[in-house]
Amino acid sequence: MILTKAQYDEIAQCLVSVPPTRQSLRKLKQRFPSQSQATLLSIFSQEYQKHIKRTHAKHHTSEAIESYYQRYLNGVRENGAAPVLLQLANEVDYAPSLMARIILERFLQEHEEAPPSKSVINSMLRDPSQIPDGVLANQVYQCIVNDCCYGPLVDCIKHAIGHEHEVLLRDLLLEKNLSFLDEDQLRARGYDKTPDFILQVPVAVEGHIIHWIESKASFGDECSHHAYLHDQFWSYWNRFGPGLVIYWYGFIQELDCNRERGILLHACFPTDIVTLCHSVA
Amino acid sequence: MAAVLESLLREELSVAAAVRWIARSAQSSEDDPREAAALSSLRPLRKEFVPFLLNFLREQSSRVLPQGPPTPAKAPGSSTGLPGRSGGPPRGGRGARNQLFPPIEASSATAADAPSARRGGRRRGPGPARERGRGPGGLEEGVSGECLPWAGGRRPRSSGSPSSPSLARSDPPNLSNLEEFPPVGSVPPGSAGTKPSRRINPTPVSEERSLSKPKTCFTSPPISCVPSSQSSVLDTSPWGHGLPSGCRSLQEEREMLRKERSKQLQQSPTPACPTLEPGSPHPSRTGHLTAQPADPARVSSRHRLELVALVYSSCIAENLVPNLFLELFFVLQLLTARRMVAAKDSDLEPTPGAVDSLESPLFQSVHDCVFFAVQVLEHQFHVLSHLDKGTLKLLAENERLLCFSPALQGRLRAAYEGSVAKVSLAMPPSAQAVSFQPETDNRANFSSDRAFHTFKKQRDVFYEVLREWEDRHEEPGWDFEKGLGSRIRAMMGQLSAACSHSHFVRLFQKQLLQMCQSPGGAGGTVLGEAPDVLNMLGADKLGRLRRLQERLVAPQSSGGPCPPPTFPGCQGFFRDFILCASSFQFNQHLMDSLSLKIRELNSLALPQPEPSDEDGESDVDWQGERRQFAVVLLSLRLLAKFLGFVAFLPYRGPEPPPTRELQDSILSLRSQVPPVLDVRALLQQGLRARRAVLTVPWLVEFLSLADHIVPMLDYYRSIFTLLLHLHRSLVLSKESEGEMCFLNKLLLLAVLGWLFQDSMPVVDQQLLYTCCPYIGELRKLLASWVSGSSGRSGGLVRKITPTTTTGLGAQPPQTTQGLQAQLAQAFFHNQPPSLRRTVEFVAERIGSNCVKHIKATLVAELVRQAESLLQEQLVTQGQEGGDPAQLLEILCSQLCPHGAQALTQGREFCQKKSPGAVRALLPEETPAAVLSSAENIAVSLATEKACAWLSANITALIRREVKAAVSRTLRAQGPEPAARGERRGCSRACEHHAPLPSHLISEIKDVLSLAVGPRDPEEGVAPEYLEQLLGQLGQMLRCRQFLCPPAEQHLAKCSVELASLLVADQIPILGPPAQHQLERGQARRLLLMLLSLWKDDFQVPVPLQLLLRPRNVALLADTRPREWDLLLFLLRELVEKGLMRRMEIEACLGSLHETQWPGDFSEELATLFNLFLAEPHVPEHQLRACELVQPNRGTVLAQS
Repeated sequence: MILTKAQYDEIAQCLVSVPPTRQSLRKLKQRFPSQSQATLLSIFSQEYQKHIKRTHAKHHTSEAIESYYQRYLNGVRENGAAPVLLQLANEVDYAPSLMARIILERFLQEHEEAPPSKSVINSMLRDPSQIPDGVLANQVYQCIVNDCCYGPLVDCIKHAIGHEHEVLLRDLLLEKNLSFLDEDQLRARGYDKTPDFILQVPVAVEGHIIHWIESKASFGDECSHHAYLHDQFWSYWNRFGPGLVIYWYGFIQELDCNRERGILLHACFPTDIVTLCHSVA
Repeated sequence: MAAVLESLLREELSVAAAVRWIARSAQSSEDDPREAAALSSLRPLRKEFVPFLLNFLREQSSRVLPQGPPTPAKAPGSSTGLPGRSGGPPRGGRGARNQLFPPIEASSATAADAPSARRGGRRRGPGPARERGRGPGGLEEGVSGECLPWAGGRRPRSSGSPSSPSLARSDPPNLSNLEEFPPVGSVPPGSAGTKPSRRINPTPVSEERSLSKPKTCFTSPPISCVPSSQSSVLDTSPWGHGLPSGCRSLQEEREMLRKERSKQLQQSPTPACPTLEPGSPHPSRTGHLTAQPADPARVSSRHRLELVALVYSSCIAENLVPNLFLELFFVLQLLTARRMVAAKDSDLEPTPGAVDSLESPLFQSVHDCVFFAVQVLEHQFHVLSHLDKGTLKLLAENERLLCFSPALQGRLRAAYEGSVAKVSLAMPPSAQAVSFQPETDNRANFSSDRAFHTFKKQRDVFYEVLREWEDRHEEPGWDFEKGLGSRIRAMMGQLSAACSHSHFVRLFQKQLLQMCQSPGGAGGTVLGEAPDVLNMLGADKLGRLRRLQERLVAPQSSGGPCPPPTFPGCQGFFRDFILCASSFQFNQHLMDSLSLKIRELNSLALPQPEPSDEDGESDVDWQGERRQFAVVLLSLRLLAKFLGFVAFLPYRGPEPPPTRELQDSILSLRSQVPPVLDVRALLQQGLRARRAVLTVPWLVEFLSLADHIVPMLDYYRSIFTLLLHLHRSLVLSKESEGEMCFLNKLLLLAVLGWLFQDSMPVVDQQLLYTCCPYIGELRKLLASWVSGSSGRSGGLVRKITPTTTTGLGAQPPQTTQGLQAQLAQAFFHNQPPSLRRTVEFVAERIGSNCVKHIKATLVAELVRQAESLLQEQLVTQGQEGGDPAQLLEILCSQLCPHGAQALTQGREFCQKKSPGAVRALLPEETPAAVLSSAENIAVSLATEKACAWLSANITALIRREVKAAVSRTLRAQGPEPAARGERRGCSRACEHHAPLPSHLISEIKDVLSLAVGPRDPEEGVAPEYLEQLLGQLGQMLRCRQFLCPPAEQHLAKCSVELASLLVADQIPILGPPAQHQLERGQARRLLLMLLSLWKDDFQVPVPLQLLLRPRNVALLADTRPREWDLLLFLLRELVEKGLMRRMEIEACLGSLHETQWPGDFSEELATLFNLFLAEPHVPEHQLRACELVQPNRGTVLAQS
């Protein structure tokens, strides 16, 4: 699903201040029926993350935390079964899972002597039944299962999607008889930067030589693509030469501008692959 | 001086005698007494003759071409016969190349009698403009027109056809095209309108050639002072022809025009150097553009011209002129002179030295010029015939040449037709980043994790900077320092450890070679063009376009036939990087690394034609060798240039020392500094080993970047002396046995000519002999070199020797060793070089593979043993296993002794593998005995290499690997045993059609979120959907193709949550409002499905205890009426299926009491507990019975 910048902007425009709930996703799908759901979800998730990055700080001032905590306490005092935390998050336009983290952290600060460590918090978010307060545990759990952009479950889904596409890509490479080194093998050899696959014999895709392939199970928007370029793709180029990036959920067409330089973008496994021909006697 | 010429013209003196006289200090016995007498009186003037002659010719041509500026260039060494520079202030800003020998030395050497080939043309007043605007390194910025001759680097055999790919490129003017694109900044406002015509019709400049033309060309006008905005006037047509000679003549025309224009505008009789002034008026094309026809019948004084041409040619032939190609350039200028403006007396200033017959101008017309030029060209046919095909074509097609000498034209045409020396402006092959090589780049090569990661970042910053430079360096106003300086310095600042510096330097040097020295030898440096960056990184066509654009936009300049040293194209990046980094450590490491690489490459065995081979040119090996030679030569030149740049960087300055005292003190300081690389020794070795053709060209590059003081240092002075000798000894016309072949000589002459260009006027042999004590020794060296016997291939022998001498096991006695060495030497001596290369190559590779093989087998096996030993240790000593360091010691003491096997195995490996490889690589027809010897040598070489490495490193290697294994194992003992023994994959028949894990997590998450709410009234799930979901989950867990452990863990947890919701009947079911809950049977079916998944399909631990956590149990509290039967059912099934032990469940239930519950809920919980406990050994039928006694949901427990 390759979108032009304009198409992408149109979608992104609809995502401003939409809470990351399953209801929002449903509406989005109705609004853009021609786009694939996975692409829409990926775009939504990325746009939402951008939004959160922009506003993150204002939710973490001590005044804000205090105010959220009080609102939470008041809310559950009134009705512990009501979705207090989730509503609070939606009201202040913040991700429910992240709101849950703020409140949990604040709660633990109050109830334990030592400030809670990050790993304790993470563990409780992964398994809210560890949270000493039953009401808070339910509230946190509710936030996590209702958040479609943040939280341990979402992280797991994203990770799983990434892994699945790597497996998919591996299978395709095997099917095409292209021998490769995968990330684990590269790491074992001490490579400092490891694309998903390095081809042991380079191939040409649409006339461009490629030495490596990176699988990205997300939509390639400007922000993420530039970050990837800086942190990964150029680093791969710097070590292994030109390569191919597959954005399985599509990308903004205009970003595919480094082909000559050695970064090729694709939204699926390429069909036009030319391999080195060994003369067969 | 003129007297000599006069004598010649009056035929009192034969040309041969005169040349002998010039070339040698003493009179020869061949000279006839009359001549000797004539000459002896002139003895003091002898050394002045060549400069006199050259200046005389320049002046003569200027006299008949009067519109150029008078002859300021010739002031000091002009034909007046005055001695050279008379101690005027030294020129500023030049490196050694321009001032090899300082004026003081020159003027003190009055007794010197060697021809000093003084080039008046270079003598300008205060520093020529080309010196202006140099960067901190003292070099011109942005010059892409450097003349690097011998681009092809191919070295045809001496007796080969006149083909010469290298020569074609070698002709500096072809490529340096200095006036091709005159600076826009210098175009006077009024001339703007003429620009279009320049583009359309670049060639037909025909008005008189300016007298100062040669001078300007010779002085390689200032590149740096040329403003960069000039695209609109650029003329690309000559490049369209791709014929260098065309460029040359156009260049001349431009120069002429420029002169003409400047003269017209300035109206100054003596502009010091008008063309070189940045702001000087620009030539326009408004002049007279037609070429005057030249007619042999109208030559004015044939005989005189013939004589002078003969003397001049003889001087050229004897290498008495400093730069052969400059003279050819000059001659071709005469040949292509457009038109003479009738000489006007007002323009003629009597030349002080001109007397008698010289008083009338030598060149009185275009006819004279052409006649003279053709005469000289006839004498220089041999050199011409080695030029490239394109140049030959132009010469052969020159109508004047045809007209004046049909014979020469015929020979040139024949040479052209026979020539295969096509010089293509091939695109450089695409360059990439330096690839990451685990052997040199992985963590093991760094002192710490930090150093490793720092270097990782640095590599990326380096390329980021490089890419940005590529993108932006042509943008107007972009500045390297401003754009990249701080980033580069920040990066260099992180290179704290010496080890990191060496890593970075290796990267830097490799990238330099890769970008600036393309393997095909057609890189930008070679052609004096900026290699096209875009092209290097990508598309061809775009690259061409870009290159064209570059030509149009860049401050194009060229150095003319003798350009200054520059850093064209990508080289500029590396130079600027060095300058910007301004890191002492970096520079030191870089010099170390460059020096090492230069030494390494310089020891390359020179190609030698294979003796048995008849058609050498077509022989593949020979061609391969030549190609390799070219690559090495070009790499060396590049490396040496950068070494010179960095090494002399601290000493570079805009001005030479102002006073003698200061200079002396600097000299005494500098003379104690050892040279960065012992280039003198390398040069001496090179001369001795007859490898000057490889050594001298890079040495010239190195020296060309020297600072002012360098030529005065004894060490370097002796080098210059050697080079000067070499230059003089390379007489092209001599082709005796043991001599260097023609093109080799020509290469050396050209590079040396380039280097000496400026320095010649102030130096002569006598001076060098007087000042340098080594010269006697050198003379001996040179003598032995010239007469040396052929076939001594020292490099080869030296390379081979160790293989046979260093025995692996028992060392053979010394004498045997020596004999073996001799035998090996003898063996290779009479074999084709490719045999030696093959053997060396095989040995090198097999040796290296052997080490890798040992690592992969023996060492890997030892590591496995270490792991199992460690496991045992951990079992016996408990999970902690003790101190890791101690563990490692124990393991190593057990395992390292096994390393001894490595040598045995290594020997076996080499013995097994080498012969086959040698056999595969040598020709089928290799005689059996030769083959077997080659195999044996390869085996022993490979074994030696492998065993040397293994015996030195095997213990350390085992230790390192075991250490890594220990820490790996200990880590694995940690809290995450998770899915270590995970079974991957499914049956072969599986087509992996199961839904993806991510999809299932996502779906289950949705069900969970629906269940915990909030939800819209119409939201819910169909029971069938839940069954389908669990079915898919089972499918997926059985396929596992796409499953990763974290996903499985989350799925396990979610499935438990789902079970809790089922037990508590909390899942909203789609359907009529009354029926929003699952039927009991459906719920039970779903629970059974889950139980089966937990038992059979999940391979990660399923957190079943979550079912009895307060939060999950509390779900039941919300339901009215409460339903406990499903929970009891589930608990019993868990025990039944062995998923949980009774004790576990009891413990969980017990701990539930600790939570605060509503009173009635506590009671019900207690009842459940009792009920569960009441059935200690639950047979299946009893469970069913239990089910039966609770027919109505939720009531039984309450009642009981």
